[in-house]
Amino acid sequence: MFSAETLQKFAREVGKYPADQKQSAVMACLAHAQEEKGWLPPEAIEAVADYLGMPAMAAYEVASFYNMYDLKPVGKYKITVCTNLPCALSGGYHAGEYLQKKLGIGYNETTQDGKFTLKEGECMGACGDAPVFIVNNRSMCSHMHPEQIDKLLEECK
Amino acid sequence: MALLGAINPVLTAGLKGDDGWSLKDYVARGGYQQLKRILETKMTQEDLISEVKKSVLRGRGGAGFPTGLKWSFMPRSFPGDKYVVCNTDEGEPGTFKDRDIMRYNPHAVIEGMIIAGYAMGANRGYNYVHGEIWEIYQRFEAALDEARGAGFLGQNILGSGFSFELFAHHGYGAYICGEETALLESIEGKKGQPRFKPPFPASFGLYGKPTTINNTETFASIPFILKMGGEEFLNLGKPNNGGTKLFSVSGHVNRPGNYEIPLGTPFSTLLEMCGGMRGGRKLKAVIPGGSSAPVMPAEVIMDCTMDYDSISKAGSMLGSGAVIVMDETVCMVKALERLSFFYHEESCGQCTPCREGTAWMYKVVHRIENGLGKPDDLDLLNSVLGNIAGRTICALGDAAAFPVQSFIKHFGKEFEYHIENKACLVPKDVQWAGSGFHKIPA
Repeated sequence: MFSAETLQKFAREVGKYPADQKQSAVMACLAHAQEEKGWLPPEAIEAVADYLGMPAMAAYEVASFYNMYDLKPVGKYKITVCTNLPCALSGGYHAGEYLQKKLGIGYNETTQDGKFTLKEGECMGACGDAPVFIVNNRSMCSHMHPEQIDKLLEECK
Repeated sequence: MALLGAINPVLTAGLKGDDGWSLKDYVARGGYQQLKRILETKMTQEDLISEVKKSVLRGRGGAGFPTGLKWSFMPRSFPGDKYVVCNTDEGEPGTFKDRDIMRYNPHAVIEGMIIAGYAMGANRGYNYVHGEIWEIYQRFEAALDEARGAGFLGQNILGSGFSFELFAHHGYGAYICGEETALLESIEGKKGQPRFKPPFPASFGLYGKPTTINNTETFASIPFILKMGGEEFLNLGKPNNGGTKLFSVSGHVNRPGNYEIPLGTPFSTLLEMCGGMRGGRKLKAVIPGGSSAPVMPAEVIMDCTMDYDSISKAGSMLGSGAVIVMDETVCMVKALERLSFFYHEESCGQCTPCREGTAWMYKVVHRIENGLGKPDDLDLLNSVLGNIAGRTICALGDAAAFPVQSFIKHFGKEFEYHIENKACLVPKDVQWAGSGFHKIPA
């Protein structure tokens, strides 16, 4: 189900917790599983649960509770825009609107070529750098004005 | 670098942005000296906690509870596992200070946590890092590797007989995990739903063991307090409000960013440090401590000093020190609509008053904003929030209610105008003009 590299990451996470508390690694393992698969299909969630010796339902509860897990396929680049108040005061809404117009999709939609998915996010803890985006849960982009947005979209090959 | 200014800096003194975070830089700034001193002199746990108490360091995560007192609640002689947990799940809208501490001074957090472990007889710690800041989590992991390599973490630290293991746990997008018992559930690999208290974490915490949870900035302050002495740290601030603190200033100022200033510094001074209001516009309102703190009209905050007691006396909370500045172009109904959506989205769903109440508050504010408000909607909102506040397991319910209550209290006229005229007091073309968003190319 998972590559050797992903399994190695799983093992490293499990090692952080007491031997009888393997379930503690479920969040990290689901995140690594999602990184490999692009999203979290039910089989991946079950495989993580098996790996950690916990009920599949308990792993599914975690996957459906935290909002950075994708339980449905997303585009190659998932761009999450913070529109919470502090960001909105510094252009968060405008940045989101510009991005929607450029990509021709709304929030929670994916471009037809499967390249981009757009999400509206909650506070990312970077309000001083507003407007901010996160690409694929990992890469934070600061001060996203039109020229930076154009550049970002060009870089997403 | 988002550390933009300071007065008498402690935590951010000598930082050089991305070039100065590593172990050798921290050691060059005097880092890990306090840990060494404590271990070499075999300082007693009582003396250590007493020094922290003297500093009147109050929890920097939002509640402002005295750290030394919190530490004294731990059953230090309890045999078996005990834990020290750091809360870097910084998701309170407006707050971005812990991100910079972790980015530019991660070893201060590590040293503070090791010392806390020593003080409370705990041998294992976890730092729960906000899901959205992957790069910062990676940096903290790198700093942990350095500390392990140098023998500051692990078995028998520097030959003292004291052992402490520390690991990072990466969150994945849930505001509620900033609540300490939700955070513990999350480390245990469960949904982040807060626990009923009591029992408090000091007696029943992570894996059911005694646990103390502090904010990132709180832990990072510990080595500096021990270096300068509790009393000197206290005197940097004002009585009952010890030390300096990081303030995250966002919104309509010329230079949004983090500023370290002594507690008790006038708000007007902080505003000046931020380069004043963007575009020279007029200050309308400030949320002084993260989105959960009651909003304050300009004339009230301009008379306040930035410390727990002054802000509390003026009817709000210093909270996490997240100062959200709004100018006259802001429609307060629209602003509250966005905050209400946030609490509705982030309610964990466990308690009915919060789960249902936050949905109702958003629905009603949303319809007022969109010209569909009804004459008794403000009464309805007050009734709903009154049925949430104080009736839930954790503070998210209160946090959702305070903004609604305070926006209506101070800016009720704007809400009434919306309901009566199906329009906004702030003309549409003026709204959000203060955002500073660059012009879209033709």
